[in-house]
Amino acid sequence: MHLSMALLLSALLFGVGVYGVLARRNAIALLMAVELMLNAANLDLVAFDAWFKDTMHAGQVFALFVVVVAAAEVGVGLAIVLAVFRLRETVAVDELRQLADVDPPVRADT
Amino acid sequence: MTLADVVFGLLGVVCLAAAILVVTSRHVIHAALWLVVCFGALAGCYLVLTAELVAWVQVLIYIGAVVVLMLFGAMLTRAPVGAVQQLDSGNRPVAAVAGLATAGVLGTLVVAAFRGAYVDIHHTAIGDGKVIGTSLFRFFVLPFEVASVLLLAALVGAIVLTKREA
Repeated sequence: MHLSMALLLSALLFGVGVYGVLARRNAIALLMAVELMLNAANLDLVAFDAWFKDTMHAGQVFALFVVVVAAAEVGVGLAIVLAVFRLRETVAVDELRQLADVDPPVRADT
Repeated sequence: MTLADVVFGLLGVVCLAAAILVVTSRHVIHAALWLVVCFGALAGCYLVLTAELVAWVQVLIYIGAVVVLMLFGAMLTRAPVGAVQQLDSGNRPVAAVAGLATAGVLGTLVVAAFRGAYVDIHHTAIGDGKVIGTSLFRFFVLPFEVASVLLLAALVGAIVLTKREA
């Protein structure tokens, strides 16, 4: 099969993930978009592994490592989200502006 | 146009449509369930690309663990079960432009760079448990151990973060 099909799917998935990270307000939905981007990278690794016919199968092994890191990321990320929720009663990332330097802009849809 | 191309194309369409629904759905729970569809289709893509073990790990860890964690998180933060308008922030147009630009640049780059590249999946060693396990424990032992320590540290960190102050 053509390598560019897998790479194109990966690029489109990554674009969808970028949109999700920037557009979502709910921290949980934001984490889901991050997972989409990690999976796009995984697809690239697996596709190049099959293309190179790598005898070490480095691409697939690295895909497994990415899965491990993603699991760790989701665990810590959800713990942070839960801690923030207990403290602030909200998981909307644009309301957590304590570290921001400027005044919050007026939301367009409220 | 071989059978692998057709199967991969169909799985890719399913995966991409589910991914778009993940980032546009108005329900948090629906988004998590569309994530299952997306990851399942992606596991099929891995199978087409001869990565058997990675596909099963994808099903086991992503669909089995990560999505369940997401659902737990959504419920523990009292996510609204019905449709909500507040799920997206005000910068959707900018985000759409950024996402389209990223996908466009990456897509044109990889298509231009690997136009004629062809994956000969019929003469590739299937990446099953034996092959990947041999590679993992022969060439990647140190990263494997580091990954296990990382997982342990992440778990301890998650427990410490969510522990209520006495």
